[in-house]
Amino acid sequence: MALTLIDKVWQAHVVEQLGEDTLLYIDRHLIHEVTSPQAFAGLDDAGRKVRRPDLTFGTMDHSISTRSLALDACGPLNKLQLQTLAINCEKHGIELYPVGHKNQGIVHVIGPQQGLIQPGMTVVCGDSHTATHGAFGALAFGIGTSQVEHVLATQTLKQSKAKSMKVEVKGKLPVGVTAKDIILAIIGRIGHAGATGHVIEYCGQAIQDLSMEERMTICNMSIEAGAKAGMIAPDQKTYDYLKGREFAPTGENWTAAVEYWQTLFTDAGAQYDSSVELDAADIAPQITWGTNPGQVVAVNQDIPSPESFSDAIERESAIKALKYMGLSAGQKWEDVEVSHVFIGSCTNSRIEDLRAAAKIAAKGSVKKGVTAIIVPGSVAVKQQAEQESLDKIFIQAGFEWRLPGCSMCLGMNDDILQPGDRCASTSNRNFEGRQGRGARTHLVSPEMAVAAAITGKFTDVRSLGEQI
Amino acid sequence: MSGFIHHSGAGAPLDQANIDTDQIIPKQFLTGVTRSGYGKHLFHDWRYLDLHEQEPNPDFVLNAPQHKGASVLVTRENFGCGSSREHAPWSLADFGFRVIIATSFADIFYGNCINNQLLPVALPSNKMDMLFAAIAHDPSVKIDIDLPSQTVKFADNLVSFEIAAHHKNNLLKGLDAIGQTLEFDPQISNYESKRPAWI
Repeated sequence: MALTLIDKVWQAHVVEQLGEDTLLYIDRHLIHEVTSPQAFAGLDDAGRKVRRPDLTFGTMDHSISTRSLALDACGPLNKLQLQTLAINCEKHGIELYPVGHKNQGIVHVIGPQQGLIQPGMTVVCGDSHTATHGAFGALAFGIGTSQVEHVLATQTLKQSKAKSMKVEVKGKLPVGVTAKDIILAIIGRIGHAGATGHVIEYCGQAIQDLSMEERMTICNMSIEAGAKAGMIAPDQKTYDYLKGREFAPTGENWTAAVEYWQTLFTDAGAQYDSSVELDAADIAPQITWGTNPGQVVAVNQDIPSPESFSDAIERESAIKALKYMGLSAGQKWEDVEVSHVFIGSCTNSRIEDLRAAAKIAAKGSVKKGVTAIIVPGSVAVKQQAEQESLDKIFIQAGFEWRLPGCSMCLGMNDDILQPGDRCASTSNRNFEGRQGRGARTHLVSPEMAVAAAITGKFTDVRSLGEQI
Repeated sequence: MSGFIHHSGAGAPLDQANIDTDQIIPKQFLTGVTRSGYGKHLFHDWRYLDLHEQEPNPDFVLNAPQHKGASVLVTRENFGCGSSREHAPWSLADFGFRVIIATSFADIFYGNCINNQLLPVALPSNKMDMLFAAIAHDPSVKIDIDLPSQTVKFADNLVSFEIAAHHKNNLLKGLDAIGQTLEFDPQISNYESKRPAWI
């Protein structure tokens, strides 16, 4: 029978079929400070142990300062949560990358970076952006804390199989358009809840042409379309990325692994539950105008009018979103000024993102009155950027160069915005209050974020040369 | 954990689609290390005019006197979208909600509700309209939710809902999911013995 990539990875992890439920084995469990303390407490209360500490890896990312390595830099509650993670990992023999460790960083940046995530694996984490790891052809999804506890205790999860959705992006991506623009365009097309109950497989030439880091940006935002996970079939780029990384197989194991990985593709004739097709040539740099990631348009389109939505719910949402965002229908992006720029998050904080941002930053400097911060995704990314002197380009242009962490993507530390602030952000969510109560978030690519920092308003990065 | 069989209570109508987990419980309240105490921060940004939760927003539905004590949250499409934070169902349950009735739910949030004995009920859009209308007509209208028969009763309406058998079973029996899985320990060990060396 012809199988999809999703089917193959699923079937390889069935421990036991329990009626309509499947007991699924989990190959990698990533943990962080925010969603794990209650899971460990539950485990301790029941007198249970962590079944596979060797398959579990922890990092500190959500609650930490990006200005200081001190655990108490963001207050006693954050400190307690970080200390609790350290104590739990120590007690249960789990490898932890605490603040200051060379492997520390955002959980979805460090997993791939260390070679922990490999094709065909099942990967979970108490974080909805776990879908990132699907870029390697892994089935990776976010879970709640009760499930974190379940995985710690049993290394399995009970799951019902999600439906499959094929998202094919045909043709070549135009110059100046990025992976972030592809995924925002996809979410704009299928909607904020368009893939609920599905695992997406991304395919097509424009996806194959992407680097591994760009593929991570795509899979990362699968949840923003409501999907449980997003996957891309592994190929030579995947193997090349993994080879030589700390946790990648070596010697005979490498050969055996690659042989298996080469079987991980959707068979000809396999059926998906639904399919969507986009043409890469139609995609322009994207900007969200509303308060969910599906409320997005291209930079050369005007801010839409609520009346343009035929669906009553979308129309209602648009009215509310425009009000919150302080925008009006028909407004042009070049008339929308920003007060802040954030480059970072598990979506866009990898070395290629910073290289792309630096290329634009070298063309100008941050407009007076705009605060712009760059938060690398991990210690390794930060060091690499510094080796390439990207930090100097950013600092010279007026950006703040910070320590790695989740930072202003969700503002669990002190990187938060004030009411009315307007931010061009490379993160993944533009919900009301996400970056601070009353603050307005516009999701964009790193290149578009830098362009906004330089001009102080939303600017098509492709025309930046004419603007400065 | 005790099971969920039946609940009867008044409804709080939150007539809005796409309510995300950042609205349900904003990030500044995720710094806890326990599962309790999140109810006072539920819908913080909408519920309070100030950051210190001293000034309730009189325009927010949960603050309306006629909806005080409501134990059934009634809302619209894609409720609970966004993050995987289980603090969302913890805050809803801690506030006093036992059932959430919506047009649809985000996947992770739905599962998190089941794991916390908070019953998520999805009803078709036209039935939701009827429920909102019934609450608008009489804020104290009793909403009866019966899990064994998978029905919701309000005013003169009886509406049935779908729920996966395993979710229903877990809610009804209040099962210890981990304890249940641990009964498959030999099967898990067997699976582990066959995992390739490189993984």
